[in-house]
Amino acid sequence: MSAYRITGETGAWEVVIGLEVHAQIVSQAKLFSGASASYGGEPNSHVSLIDAGFPGMLPVLNRECVAQAVRTGLGLRAKINLFSRFDRKNYFYADLPTGYQISQFEHPIVGKGTVEIELSDGETRHIGVTRMHMEQDAGKSIHDQDPTRSFIDLNRAGVALMEIVSEPDIRSPEEAGAYIRKLRQILRYLGTCDGNMEEGSMRADVNVSVRREGEEGYRTRCEIKNVNSVRFVMQAIEVEAQRQVDVWESGGEIDQETRLFDHVKGETRSLRTKEDAHDYRYFPEPDLLPLVLEQSWVDELKAALPELPEDKRARLEKEYGVSRYESGVLTAEQSVADFYETVARGADARLATNWILGDFFAALNRTGRTIENSPVSAESLRELLALISDSTINGKIAKEVLEDMVETGDKPSAIVDRKGLRQVTDTGAIEAAISEILAANADKVAEYKSGKDKLFGFFVGQTMKAMKGKANPAMVNELLKKLLAS
Amino acid sequence: MSLDVKTVAKMARLARIGLSEEELQAHQKEMQGIIGWVDHLNEVDITDVPPMVGTGLAQPRLRDDKVTDGNCPEAVLSNAPEREGPFYTVPKVVE
Amino acid sequence: MSSLFDYTLASARDALRARKISAVELVDAHIEAIERLDDGLNSFITRTPEQARLAAKEADAALAKGEGGPLCGLPIGLKDLFATKDVRTTAASKILDNFIPPYESTVTANLKQDGAISLGKLNLDEFAMGSTNLTSAFGGVVNPWQRRGSTAKLVPGGSSGGSAAAVAAGLVLGATGTDTGGSIRQPAAFCGIAGVKPTYGRCSRFGTIAFASSLDQAGPMARNLQDCAILLESMAGFDPKDSTSVDKPVPHYEAALGRGVKGLKVGIPKEYRIDGLPAEIAAVWDQGIAWLKEAGAEIVDMSLPHTQYGLPAYYIAALAEASSNLARYDGVRFGERVTGASLDALYEATRAAGFGEEVKRRILLGTYVLSSGYYDAYYLRAQKVRTLLQRDFLQAYEKVDVILAPTAPSGAFAWDEKPTDPVQMYLNDVFTVPASMAGVPALSVPVGLDSHGVPLGLQLIGRFFDEETLLAAGSVLEKAASFTHRPTIHAGVSA
Repeated sequence: MSAYRITGETGAWEVVIGLEVHAQIVSQAKLFSGASASYGGEPNSHVSLIDAGFPGMLPVLNRECVAQAVRTGLGLRAKINLFSRFDRKNYFYADLPTGYQISQFEHPIVGKGTVEIELSDGETRHIGVTRMHMEQDAGKSIHDQDPTRSFIDLNRAGVALMEIVSEPDIRSPEEAGAYIRKLRQILRYLGTCDGNMEEGSMRADVNVSVRREGEEGYRTRCEIKNVNSVRFVMQAIEVEAQRQVDVWESGGEIDQETRLFDHVKGETRSLRTKEDAHDYRYFPEPDLLPLVLEQSWVDELKAALPELPEDKRARLEKEYGVSRYESGVLTAEQSVADFYETVARGADARLATNWILGDFFAALNRTGRTIENSPVSAESLRELLALISDSTINGKIAKEVLEDMVETGDKPSAIVDRKGLRQVTDTGAIEAAISEILAANADKVAEYKSGKDKLFGFFVGQTMKAMKGKANPAMVNELLKKLLAS
Repeated sequence: MSLDVKTVAKMARLARIGLSEEELQAHQKEMQGIIGWVDHLNEVDITDVPPMVGTGLAQPRLRDDKVTDGNCPEAVLSNAPEREGPFYTVPKVVE
Repeated sequence: MSSLFDYTLASARDALRARKISAVELVDAHIEAIERLDDGLNSFITRTPEQARLAAKEADAALAKGEGGPLCGLPIGLKDLFATKDVRTTAASKILDNFIPPYESTVTANLKQDGAISLGKLNLDEFAMGSTNLTSAFGGVVNPWQRRGSTAKLVPGGSSGGSAAAVAAGLVLGATGTDTGGSIRQPAAFCGIAGVKPTYGRCSRFGTIAFASSLDQAGPMARNLQDCAILLESMAGFDPKDSTSVDKPVPHYEAALGRGVKGLKVGIPKEYRIDGLPAEIAAVWDQGIAWLKEAGAEIVDMSLPHTQYGLPAYYIAALAEASSNLARYDGVRFGERVTGASLDALYEATRAAGFGEEVKRRILLGTYVLSSGYYDAYYLRAQKVRTLLQRDFLQAYEKVDVILAPTAPSGAFAWDEKPTDPVQMYLNDVFTVPASMAGVPALSVPVGLDSHGVPLGLQLIGRFFDEETLLAAGSVLEKAASFTHRPTIHAGVSA
């Protein structure tokens, strides 16, 4: 693939991108309090007095959140730091109740790792992960309810987040998109983050800088905050990189600053620079002890990890003979892979692959369903394929049965029985039908016999029609040949 | 280390304490004196000394992941100086 | 007993159990004493007589059935730093003027669970920041002691000055205090009572308004060490809601009081003989040494080499943490608010109006020592010095069992003698701060009077979680001193 370049008036520019992805940890309760971490709820109902920063309230760390962070670290093939520590990041904001965020600044729980991404041309690249740490989410300020006031809802305050920081290894919007999608896939496989970007379960801060092709070192970067979809991340990079190229080429300088992406206007803009710079005054959180993990616990978590996308992909290729492309589609979501394996295990794998990637996905698309709320269970689909394999029905009838399954949710065998779709393999019945057709079309028989081979298809069609499509196609072929030859 | 009024003003800003010019001046004097006194710590050889963390006697402890708290919006809002329904309110924040 | 005000917490407990007195009469007498004396002393910020009377009735009912916890029916006071459910809790700050917590601190919940009856919330230095109790937004506390031939108002010490004054004046049988750098021991010494700062992690910090998280520790203040032991046993214990709480069984402290000091090695740290140590202080210290020696202890001269760095390191560590802990008082979710045109204007106006001068000064300093470029030079260095201070003690305890030292460099001084230079003021904590920095337990007992007739205390510093040895040694000092003096203002003295 040719490298992504922005062509400026003075030459080609390369884009350098680093991503900080904030992913909400899947847990029942919050990172430091027993309040529910679930999305939604009445305003200020998923809030304990700890989350609201009441005087004398103290944090106690949630074990599962730590386990989830370790699982994620292992899934990113990263170093797990047995010693990590929480610090306070001090700043004032309406939705930050204590006036500090508890975050792992100096000693994160996860160190260096790597994420393999695949680009549209099939090429793969490795993107370095610098570190990953745990921290608390802030609450929500609502600005559109009142002309003069903002409303504060603390339901999100204290929910556990993982911040995954990449190396500045990303070189194009496409790579950035692939990286986030891959990260999302891994986290969803691990069950450590639901990856739901609409609900804010994943969002990214995007660091962008540009440099001339071949230039060493990095130029000043800008950070685009809180971008909440893959598409917006890619768009934001495009417009921000172009903006920076324009600034450099017109003899200007890029200021290191935080910017916002406005997807309506398709531009990034500077967050009004505060009159004084932030000074977060990090220091170790004195209300918590350092987090010290036992290697044995990490080993236990590792042993219990689910199969990761890359491993599953390789295995599907080996076990079921699917192509590289097919394995990619089948493992995009854990649920699809599970569905596939339930169908394909012990069945004709090729048949299963073709049906799932073909008619079944088409049916889901048409009905606006996903694998999670599919009207057809994996077991039913497997039964349908079994009916094809044992010649109970033929492929064409099977399509009709699938339609019915999607509509009614009935079992395929029940549909076959209800509609009388069982394939006819009775030689006598097929022969009788053929004889009638040959008798009624003596002229065509003559033409065929005089060399017009193409007419064979006509006879097949007529026979199948007479048999209401239920005749075994192979037997029809065989018997027709025999009778036409006689 | 010397601590000028500008620095005190910056600290007051970081700490969100509104101070008049006179108050800043007064604080600068006092803070300068205190900082001069604590600079005495520079005499201590701290080579290879780790910073202290607690008594070292408490065992790191982790909580079970169960919902045991929350669902008390009235308690959460009970002391709010100003609220609107289930929300705290503040002067409009412009982003 | 001639008067209900002659009881100690322990003797009142026994009299209640024996039904010689009722909880109602005991509580009523103390409420009456508060009404009579506290307008002058100002040791209470909030009085809760109605709740106390109700609780006393319940206590009597329980005692009549032979039930009730170990503290059943005993009137105490709570430093207004402990959150009390549905009872105003202010930290002596205007910014929490009308704060009504919907929760109870673990320490006060433990006391109430055991039957203790709170008569109200006791005055303190604002957010526990001070050594005089003059920084309270609710007015200073008057020490019930006066100098001979003078009616000048003396400070009760601080920050637990209201607790110390109320106990000394006989308004309560005991009180809770908190100690960050000496806030239990110094006021106990100034008011002629006993006070114990337990090992860091012994009492839960949950629900106690934080000053400096890594130093704050709750403890009992009472007329004598037996009373302190009884209260501590109730207050102490593991709390899963405080990550720094230590999971260790709570001993029966009262039983340790009579152990004696035979064979005990008592360390005398040479660094505590600071230049300019008043002769009177040196004299009571020497007296204490003599008493312990007579009781069979072995006196060991020893060194705590980093002592002189304790105070500056303490101020850096404590103020840094305080600057962060006090960020939550922003006028948004609780407390007083001063409105402003913008969120930042609201913050700045609220905090300017809500915090007193000392608190502002400490927040500014704490902000400074954590700010970019200064963290390593100040905060990190202070925490390293803290390690050295802790090592001093750990090494000392290889050779000695307890350390004896003065509690404060002077007796109580007059309100108008308070040093105007903050550094001079901070020097008041010079003897108490090292134990706080190391996290080890310490106590103060009254042992005599200075030339003005004002009490002086001695301090014992012990091993981690060895409050029992401290209590045993303290008890020996107490007996030898037989400190029976009463302050000028006392509930038992008819007006």
